[in-house]
Amino acid sequence: MLLIHCPYCEEARPEIEFRHAGEAHIARPADIASLTDEEFSRFFFYRDNPKGITFERWRHLHGCARFFNAARDTVTDKFLVTYPAGEAKPDLVEAANENAKGAT
Amino acid sequence: MRRFSGFAVAREAMRAHKGWGRQWDSPEPRSSYDVIIVGAGGHGLATAYYLAKEHGITNVAVLEKGWLGGGNTGRNTTIIRSNYLYDESAGLYDHAVKLWEGLSQDLNYNVMYSPRGVMMLAHNVHDEQVLKRHIHANRLNGVDNEWLTPEQAGEYCPPLNISKGARYPVTGAALQRRGGTARHDAVAWGYARAASARGVHVIENCAVTGIRRSGNGQVTGVETTRGFIGAKKVGVVAAGHTSVLMEMADVRMPLESFPLQALVSEPVKPCFPCVVMSNSVHAYISQSDKGELVIGAGTDQYTSYSQTGGLHILKDTLEAICEMFPVFTRMKMLRSWGGIVDVTPDRSPIIARTPVPGLYVNCGWGTGGFKATPGSGHVFAHTIANDNPHPINEGFTLERFTTGRLIDEAAAAAVAH
Repeated sequence: MLLIHCPYCEEARPEIEFRHAGEAHIARPADIASLTDEEFSRFFFYRDNPKGITFERWRHLHGCARFFNAARDTVTDKFLVTYPAGEAKPDLVEAANENAKGAT
Repeated sequence: MRRFSGFAVAREAMRAHKGWGRQWDSPEPRSSYDVIIVGAGGHGLATAYYLAKEHGITNVAVLEKGWLGGGNTGRNTTIIRSNYLYDESAGLYDHAVKLWEGLSQDLNYNVMYSPRGVMMLAHNVHDEQVLKRHIHANRLNGVDNEWLTPEQAGEYCPPLNISKGARYPVTGAALQRRGGTARHDAVAWGYARAASARGVHVIENCAVTGIRRSGNGQVTGVETTRGFIGAKKVGVVAAGHTSVLMEMADVRMPLESFPLQALVSEPVKPCFPCVVMSNSVHAYISQSDKGELVIGAGTDQYTSYSQTGGLHILKDTLEAICEMFPVFTRMKMLRSWGGIVDVTPDRSPIIARTPVPGLYVNCGWGTGGFKATPGSGHVFAHTIANDNPHPINEGFTLERFTTGRLIDEAAAAAVAH
């Protein structure tokens, strides 16, 4: 089970309190009706699915119930950083350093 | 290749079984092949076998980064069934069941296909309606499936708790008698042996690190940890790693890779005569011929390539198993493991050409690909050989995610995804 740091509650909580909510930073098109089938398909069905660092959404369902984003390594399942929804993708070098500090 | 027969067993018994020899060759890769299959799991090896057998294409290599059948082929719960809702799925999975029926003879290798029956439990009105809908749809497609009362279900599977006061009361069940199990390793070994006998190269410890293309985009071969190997056609059959491999040819896939876990108990005497699945509580169970209870759990909620999952997933499944089969509450679990399954948005596989000429993909089997192994290999070989799909896999294209013509087994599958 993963231990996940909620950026709102500012606390690490067990995974069963959370719901995974798919890839992060996918912007819903402003005028979705004007998309071609090809564009809609890319937006709706296609995902990065990287072996390595992934950016994903989580929801602290049984806590504050709010959505947030996380960067996680899909090979080790270790979180690099979690941050509130709406923030830009973080600088992962800095996040890794922060993590290293936290670990010592 | 030495054929297996009663006579051969008797002869080898007379000389301490020293004459069996290697079952398949371990050749050095050639500089190029007509077709390269990436991934020596059941589906990949079956593809190579049918390319050689049905289409006369024997200049084929199957490249495997690890060992033969070491991925999901060796990690699944070996259940075979074809009671899918939609016409396309019923066609594909029943094609596989028909091949399973004669597979041991075809390969001259005992894959231990055992049609012991797959029973899916209903616990409430919704389950009953869904399962009955499946039964009717299956029958229209010529796939056997029948409704059992709780008493009949209890008779078919004596360890099942059908008492009214059960935590998950059984209100009925759907039974596919042709469903069952097979020995997963034997499937990989049997296909490897039969393909090797027809001249196919099975090359282990050879990871593909790149897909090389010419100026017009046509595939010309693959970069591997053992150097460049040329190929006119490349078929990717890499399960959880499909996205990673297709990325090498700049093809983005509608796939996400999730951990899926299974576990086995200590071996006990034969006590469980069939396969039982329950959608509502997400548990499925059968007993292997070694005597272990083979139990499948659900996927974890997050994408991962770690081949491990959360303990709470196993715990949830075991709690359900113990409620439905109180006789197993004292059973010790022996081993658990995880595999990485590639899941499509509509939970149906993709067996198709790709936008890259010469590149083909067979993926997206998600949580239930083992059952389809022979059928999948058969139609994928046809697709590669003819550069055109077999009528059975015509609908399983990449384009369906653009046209919207999905094969939406997400709601129709036997277990919750």
